[in-house]
Amino acid sequence: MTQHSRDLSRRRLLFGGAALSAGVVLAGCTSNEATPTEAQTKAAATGGNAEPGKKVTIGFSAPAADHGWIAAITNNAKAQAGAYSDVEFKSVEAGADAAAQRAALSTLISQKPDVIVLLPHDGKELNAFGLEAMKAGIPVVNLDRAFPDPKAYRLQIKGDNYGMGVAAATYIVEQLKAKGVSNPVIGEIPGIDSLELTQERSKGFADTLAANGLRVANRRPAEFTADSGQQAATGLFQALPKLDALWNHDDDQGIGVLAAVNQANRKEFFMVGGAGSKKAMEDIQADNTVLKATVTYSPSMASSAISLARLIGQGKGMSDLVELQVPKEIVLASETITKENAGNYLKLGF
Amino acid sequence: MSEMSPTATPERPADLPAQSPPVDPAETAAATAKSDAPGRLSWWRGDGGEGAKRNLGLLATLVVLVVIGILTRPDLYGNASWVWGNTLTILKLASVVGVVTVGMTFVIIGGGIDLSVGAIVALAGVWATTVATQSYGAGGMIFSALTVGLAVGVVNGLLVSYGRLVPFIATLAMMVAARGLAAEISDKQTQVSNNTFINGIASTELLGIPLLVYILAAVVVAGWVLLNRTTFGRRTVAVGGNPEAARLAGINVRRHTLYLYALSGLCCGIAAVMLTAQATSAQAAMANLYELDAIAAAIIGGTLLSGGRGTIIGSLLGVVIFSTITNLFAINGLSTEAQNMVKGGIIVAAVLIQQVQFRSLTQFLGRNRATTT
Repeated sequence: MTQHSRDLSRRRLLFGGAALSAGVVLAGCTSNEATPTEAQTKAAATGGNAEPGKKVTIGFSAPAADHGWIAAITNNAKAQAGAYSDVEFKSVEAGADAAAQRAALSTLISQKPDVIVLLPHDGKELNAFGLEAMKAGIPVVNLDRAFPDPKAYRLQIKGDNYGMGVAAATYIVEQLKAKGVSNPVIGEIPGIDSLELTQERSKGFADTLAANGLRVANRRPAEFTADSGQQAATGLFQALPKLDALWNHDDDQGIGVLAAVNQANRKEFFMVGGAGSKKAMEDIQADNTVLKATVTYSPSMASSAISLARLIGQGKGMSDLVELQVPKEIVLASETITKENAGNYLKLGF
Repeated sequence: MSEMSPTATPERPADLPAQSPPVDPAETAAATAKSDAPGRLSWWRGDGGEGAKRNLGLLATLVVLVVIGILTRPDLYGNASWVWGNTLTILKLASVVGVVTVGMTFVIIGGGIDLSVGAIVALAGVWATTVATQSYGAGGMIFSALTVGLAVGVVNGLLVSYGRLVPFIATLAMMVAARGLAAEISDKQTQVSNNTFINGIASTELLGIPLLVYILAAVVVAGWVLLNRTTFGRRTVAVGGNPEAARLAGINVRRHTLYLYALSGLCCGIAAVMLTAQATSAQAAMANLYELDAIAAAIIGGTLLSGGRGTIIGSLLGVVIFSTITNLFAINGLSTEAQNMVKGGIIVAAVLIQQVQFRSLTQFLGRNRATTT
């Protein structure tokens, strides 16, 4: 009997091992060589702040989300740190949620970095960590998701979600006026609707439209993924047999939205994207789809955050500003990319 | 569950109708496990009609949803070509989850559960759209999606049947692992499919009906035949209804369980091709929560979560109902929060109706009949 049960457990082990190794072997059979993410780094120029200075150790943490934008954030930070000879880059995985990220960050603190650059899962939930690190004398650079308490960060650099909505609506209003469309039907495909950033974007969009006497006819939220974008757009097209303008918040889900446009064979409207992916910029430049513009929310902010963290660590200011230290808050402007200027922005696309 | 076991059928006449000598041991096992003895009881009163009655209930729900659509958007429904296009859109939206649900229905009827279906779709989709795979053309992409789906399903099946893991745990682990592998392969990027044949699957129409709908129909028909007209289907019901009885009847329960998970994986591979075609891309986060959509559709379609009972048609209706609700909320411009609440409500209502009304109704009819004759 014991012999028998030992056999069984051995067999079980064997199967587990076989299953695991099958996965590993299979994973080896596929590769993905031709999708390099162009790092949006600023080459270390000559003179001034770029001169190698005091050695700075930068601790970095960002969520491992399955999204091109977040992936670009991490890649940019890494690449920018690599461009400086005096920066040591220590990255910790942020795990699945705020609690996991807090745990990862406490191991980071114990390694005593000079500066921490952090894109939190949730600014509110990690506010206490910011306070703790600042109290321990480690300056914290908050990337994109703000801490409510100003004492919790040394520098905050983020995109302008409300401004994104404003920029998209402004472009749409201009175009509609130029075309002389009366009573236009405007659709909107936001990302995950429960996120504050989505709500801010939608508010900026709705406010600006309202100021021009317009409103959103229908909005179908997707989930920042291409397949959800396709489904949301398909639903929207059923609801609005005739459409004049459409704002899709995110270029990654925009791949699916454009697929739905082709599948439904709709071309009576124009579309504005969001975030500024490389593919969207190329589509805008080629001018052969309904996508005519995109409003930026650029992950290049991660590169800037690393540069600024280095300056903070070395106690230097930004060379173009008069102040001797780096400012406390930087909000990137949301820029509108159209066919005319897409060429300039391509290097920032992710 | 009690009504499934051969001992607890008080409303049934003690002498079961004489079966012809069974060709396959599964026949008897299935018959006893289902307690679905035809013959003396009329089709409508007997359990045999229960699935059909439930499906009629689902059809009625569907009609109600369409009527709500007509009442709320008469302007759209007044246009016949819009109505036809909208119907096809609903079916197209249902097609991917529908294919997944067919596989899920088999697994659940067989007494298991597969929580990894969404992750398998994502992994198969990502695998099929890597630069390396795309270089082999459409055939290579479809082949790799189907193979990956089948392979992951086989691993699930091995873990459950021979590894003796609880299905919930084994497939939960696979859900996490497969999404992880998908994220690793894709480097968290959205992989755009540049293959015009694959992308064309979503926009091609034959005789005015989208190719995706044909694929769904083919999978549903194949699933229906497999479940209702083959030994494999009878064994599935037997294994799910009473594994011990099935084993005693000579069915290799472990091997059959393995086949069921492999089948589910294969369905996910097919769904991955369809979803990749629709989105013209794939990424690790795609097919998010499809496992819940598929389980919910199977459950409101009348599949018993503890196994041994279920219909393919019911599951299909479940998927179409969910797809119709999504469409209804879209054309009325209502928020998705409200839509999710309604979906939750429908799941609860459907299960409650099945638990209470049909069972007591059939019991009542059965008792009534017993006293009158």
